[in-house]
Amino acid sequence: MATLWFVLVALMLVAYSILDGLDLGAGTVHWLVGRTSDERRLVLRTIGPVWDGNEVWLLAAGGTLYFAFPALYASSFSGFYLPLMMVLWLLMLRGISIEIRAHVDEPLWHSFYDAVFTLSSALLAIFLGAALGNVIRGVPLDAAGYFFEPLWTTFTVSPQPGVLDWYTVLIGVMSFATLANHGALWLTAKTEEPLRGRAHALAGALWWAVALLTLVGLAATLAVRPAILDNYRRWWPGWLIPVVVVAGLAGMAVYRRRNRDLAAFLASSLYIAGMLGGVAFGMYPTLLPAVTDPAYSLTVANSAAGLHGLQVGLVWWCFGVVLAVAYFSYLYWTFRSRVRPGGEGAY
Amino acid sequence: MDSALVVDRLQFAFTVTYHYLFPQLTMGLALLIVILKTLALRTGDERYNDAARFWGRIFGINFAFGVVTGIPMEFQFGTNWAVFSRYAGGVIGQTLAMEGMFAFFLESSFLGLFLYGEKRLGRRGHWVAALLVFVGSWLSGYFIVATDAWMQHPVALQAMPDGTVQLASFWALVTNRWALWQYAHTMGGAVVTGAVVMASVGAFYVLSGRAVDHGRLFLTVGVTAGCLCSLLQLYPTGDRQGLMITEHQPATLAAMEAVFQTGAGAPLVLIGQPNMETGQLDNPISLPRVLSFLTYHRWDAEVKGLDAFPADARPDNVPLLYYAYHIMVGLGTIMIAVLLVALALLWRGALFRARWMLWILMLLLPFPYIANTAGWLTAEIGRQPWLVYGLLRTSQGMSPAVSAGNGLFTLLGFMGMYTVLTVVFLFLLRREIEHGPGPRATAEAAH
Repeated sequence: MATLWFVLVALMLVAYSILDGLDLGAGTVHWLVGRTSDERRLVLRTIGPVWDGNEVWLLAAGGTLYFAFPALYASSFSGFYLPLMMVLWLLMLRGISIEIRAHVDEPLWHSFYDAVFTLSSALLAIFLGAALGNVIRGVPLDAAGYFFEPLWTTFTVSPQPGVLDWYTVLIGVMSFATLANHGALWLTAKTEEPLRGRAHALAGALWWAVALLTLVGLAATLAVRPAILDNYRRWWPGWLIPVVVVAGLAGMAVYRRRNRDLAAFLASSLYIAGMLGGVAFGMYPTLLPAVTDPAYSLTVANSAAGLHGLQVGLVWWCFGVVLAVAYFSYLYWTFRSRVRPGGEGAY
Repeated sequence: MDSALVVDRLQFAFTVTYHYLFPQLTMGLALLIVILKTLALRTGDERYNDAARFWGRIFGINFAFGVVTGIPMEFQFGTNWAVFSRYAGGVIGQTLAMEGMFAFFLESSFLGLFLYGEKRLGRRGHWVAALLVFVGSWLSGYFIVATDAWMQHPVALQAMPDGTVQLASFWALVTNRWALWQYAHTMGGAVVTGAVVMASVGAFYVLSGRAVDHGRLFLTVGVTAGCLCSLLQLYPTGDRQGLMITEHQPATLAAMEAVFQTGAGAPLVLIGQPNMETGQLDNPISLPRVLSFLTYHRWDAEVKGLDAFPADARPDNVPLLYYAYHIMVGLGTIMIAVLLVALALLWRGALFRARWMLWILMLLLPFPYIANTAGWLTAEIGRQPWLVYGLLRTSQGMSPAVSAGNGLFTLLGFMGMYTVLTVVFLFLLRREIEHGPGPRATAEAAH
């Protein structure tokens, strides 16, 4: 039962990464794709009706994580205290800058919130990647299952690591490139010329960065946590995951060149799902590895909530996720067309 | 300020108090907007649609601030209260996760459609979107209140050998009697906020001679809904909460009412300052034997005083709890009186000419906010010294690894951030109210 919840929480995090990834990425490249205030408003309008819902996947995944693995929630949230608080502040700045930009018709006001929006989106992409890097690398858990990481110590992967070291920063940069590319492909599919052309060209350049960082990130991960291959050795179908990743990468390049905009965006989604799925598969059954003593690691078995709660939860979760998928399908369908100047909608 | 416990408590109290300034309005307005949309659909009067659009814009601003200030609440369960999260996550993880799955998805998906899709959805579709936003925000309220109610009155749990508690019965958790009454009282308070804000803005428009038509409509809806709900706050919802506290949290009742000595025929204190040094109430004005009647429905019933409880079983800040409770009740009483008179004037068709009453209604604006905040302070300070009543002390629930220095850093960060948010919020709201409920020239051009 706990293993099933591991899969479900992982799926929710993948959904979050793909969905909020598109608006974080659109935010990251929005300064480059839109040159004038009106063009930047068009960029915002591609995500306007959906960004808040996308971010809810983070809250829902967080809530589900708390429900299914309370010990992990308690340990990781208090251990990553400082970076999480900064993520909160960035989420606030970003949410506010999207929502209130259009309320005042004044160029300086627009410029200010465009800058805040771009910076907070880019920093969030890096922070979320660094967070993933920390989970892969492991944290200094004590016997009671708690730890506290300062923002940095020596920037090396050591028994007393900080939130930022060379490895987590690398994963952060990788996340930044991946989401920027994802956002550029989203904009390619959702805007018209001249924005579409700029986003298309940007995605072409970013593809090379993503491909290169995938290789470097893979090598670094194998160096930092060689045990991540254990599950792949034990159960061969796991090797399908790297195939998915490569298919995603290839799909992005091919469809982008053929101007199949939506397909290229979906390939990018597939790539993100493959990368995260590959990590989750390699980590299982560990949820948060300890760099101090492997016995202190938080696992699916020692972090899960009581069995009755998990069983009851499955009933309402399935019901809830069907509803959520239905709302999102309807929402994306309603706003399916490319945005053009003069259409309905604020921002 | 040097103890991590103080910093953790201050940070949660500050962020949650600030956060709740927004949802109390959005939850109240969500219902009133559905009423406006329904009236528009039934009467075909376009003014109701104007009104719904205007309040939709106010709702949207408040909703955005409510979302961004709400995320830290869920996070802080883990960041600052890790031991509590590990202890109780097996139970309250249910309600918190359900809030995400059932309320947030619904609310966020349909708010976008409600605010930006009116033309696309058509009249009925737009009404449905408004209704679903209302359902989402009220569901969200239920899951949060159910979580707090479990901390006030823990039920449906099973103690485990590893020291945590786990869920024993899902239905017992979601139908916790405490949650049902606390929810009714909380949502009543939210509607009062929405209604008083609507009436207050309406009074402003009528008094200043701008948008008089819409102002009258706001006054009619606001005064009617506000009067009804503020009466429901007194009875039955407030009354039933008092009975539950009498039964399950007697030390809290003694502190709320500043009853120092146990005795029969306890008086109801209206005004006075609890003096903890001398153990008595300074400058009291009280109604003899009324407290006994209100709590036990008998004039000579014995009410337990603070002397009946050991020091470590009493709320740790008796004066603040006493003041919070009396401010809530005092302001609630004033609002009921004002709204009853206003409703009588409205009934006789004299409200819109009674400028003195319009002035009072306009200035009533802060009262529901203060009363709702004071009500939550009463509930949460009243729960002390417990985090989960009778099971886990507040001093035992904090994160062991987060130091006071790191906590103070983020507390100061939140204070700075929220100061900026406040300035931006007031600026935006002033613009919306300045602009009024008519068609929007600038935004229409931008569409």
